[in-house]
Amino acid sequence: MAKNTLSSRFRKVDIDEFDENKFVDEQEEAAELQGPDGAEPTHLIHQGDMMTAFHVALRNPPVNTKNAVVKERAQAIVLRVLTSFRSSEIETAVRSLDRNGVDLLMKYIYRGFEKPTENSSVILLQWHEKAFAVGGLGSIVRVLTARKTV
Amino acid sequence: MAYHSFLLEPISCHAWNKDRTQIALCPNNHEVHIYQKERSGWMKIHVLKEHNGQVTGIDWAPESNRIVTCGTDRNAYVWTLKGSMWKPTLVILRINRAARCVKWSPRENKFAVGSGSRLISICYFEQDNDWWVCKHIKKPIRSTVLSLDWHPNNVLLASGSCDFKCRIFSAYIKELEDKPAPTPWGSKMPFGEVMFESSGAGGWIHDVSFSASGNRVAWASHDSTVAIAEGGKTPVVASLYLETLPLLCLTFITENSLVAAGHDCYPALFVYDAERSTITFGGKLDVPKQSAQRGMTARERFQNLDKKATADNKEAVLESLHKNSISQILVLEGDKAKCTKFCTTGMDGGMAVWDVKVTRVEKKI
Repeated sequence: MAKNTLSSRFRKVDIDEFDENKFVDEQEEAAELQGPDGAEPTHLIHQGDMMTAFHVALRNPPVNTKNAVVKERAQAIVLRVLTSFRSSEIETAVRSLDRNGVDLLMKYIYRGFEKPTENSSVILLQWHEKAFAVGGLGSIVRVLTARKTV
Repeated sequence: MAYHSFLLEPISCHAWNKDRTQIALCPNNHEVHIYQKERSGWMKIHVLKEHNGQVTGIDWAPESNRIVTCGTDRNAYVWTLKGSMWKPTLVILRINRAARCVKWSPRENKFAVGSGSRLISICYFEQDNDWWVCKHIKKPIRSTVLSLDWHPNNVLLASGSCDFKCRIFSAYIKELEDKPAPTPWGSKMPFGEVMFESSGAGGWIHDVSFSASGNRVAWASHDSTVAIAEGGKTPVVASLYLETLPLLCLTFITENSLVAAGHDCYPALFVYDAERSTITFGGKLDVPKQSAQRGMTARERFQNLDKKATADNKEAVLESLHKNSISQILVLEGDKAKCTKFCTTGMDGGMAVWDVKVTRVEKKI
C-alpha cells in the first residue's frame, strides 16, 4: 500500500480538463481584433485632441483573442488615454458613446481596477461614476457576465 | 393591484387553477400548499407531501384539472383530484440531476420537464401500460435547462438554458398527435429537431415565452438583456440592453408587448416594433407612493457627504410592491394576446396581482 502513494504526480493533473461534459465555448469565426494602434492615441494626446484619442483607443477591442499580450497592450493604451483626460471633460466624452461603447468603456474601467497604480484609481472612479450614470447597473452586470473579456 | 404576503420565505414556484380561485405554491420546502380564495383572504386547503426535495416547478392544467410538480429529488408527480384529496402518480424522468421547471402542453396530453441533467424530458401517458413514459431531448443542450414554454400548436417547445442559448425544439410524439402544420419556424418537425437556436453571446437564459400566435419568442438573459426572435426563413432577432439588474421572468401580454420582472423587484413593460426590429422600454408598472420629503439639517448633509460622498437623502428602502426579487410571472386573465391581469411571486414570499389597461394605439400613417 505504501508503494503506489510514493509518487504525487497525480496531484498535478487537472481532472476538470478531462471531464467529457466540460463546457467549451464555441469558437467564433469573428475577426481577431488586435487592439488600438499604440502610436495614434499618444500622438493625439500630445496634440491635445482628447476626444479623437478616446474614440481611437476604444476601436478594435481585443475581445475575441486569448492572447494576453495583446490585451495588456490595449489596456495600457486605453488607461493612458483615460488618465490624460481632465475631470470636467469626462462627462462629454461618455455622452459621445453609444450603448456598446459604454459597455466597452466599463469593461476597460474594471480591467483598470484590477491593477491599481498611484493615480489610476482616482481617475478611473470618476470615469466609473459618469459611465454608470449613462449605462446603469446593466452595464456593470454585462462586465461581470461577459465571457469575451477585453 | 393587490398584494398578499403568503410567507416570510421565498415562494419557489406557483400555479393557478382554471377559474383563479385556488393557487398552488411551494413555500421553499418539499411540499406544495394549495390556498383557496375566501372573501377575507386566503385559506390553506391542501398540503401535497410527496417530494423529497424542494419543489422547483408547478403547473396546473386548466381543463383536465391535473397538477404536475417537479423537484430537486429528480422526480415529477402528476396529481389528480379524487374526491377531496389530491393523489400523486410518480413519473420516472430518468434524470440524474434536479428537475428545474415543468409545463403542461396546451392540449394537456403531455408535459415537459427541464433539468440539470442537460436534457428535457417530454412525458406522456401511455394508455396500454397505464403509466407515464418519457422521451429525452438531449442534443445539443450543454447545461441546465432553466425554463420552458410551449407553442400553441402543442408540438414546438422553447427552452432557455445555462449554456447561454434559447432554443426551439420539436416535441412531436407520433403516438399522441398528427403531424403539425408548417409554422414560421419550419415545416419538418421530427422529435428533438432544433428549429431555432439563439446566438449564445449573453448570459444564462432565465425565462422564455412564446407570443400568443407562436410566431415570436422572447427570452430574458442574465447579462441584463431581453431579446425577441421573429420566426421566418432566417429568424430576425432584436435585443435590448437594459440599464437595470437582470430579469428573471417574462411573458407576452399582447402580440407586441411583454411584461418582465427580476432582481429590481418591479414589473416593467417592453414594446416590440416588428418593422424596425427594436425593443423599447415601456416603463415601470409599479408606481410607488411618494414618501414625504423631510428637510435635511446642515449636520446631516455633512454626514452624508462624509459617509457616502453625496449630499442626497435617498432612503435605502425599496419603494416597490415586492420587497425582493420577482421570480415568476403568470398571465391570469385574458391570454397572451390580450392580457388584462397578471400575477407575480417573489423571494419576499408575496404574491401580487396587477391590472393591465390595454390601450389601443392608433397607427398614424
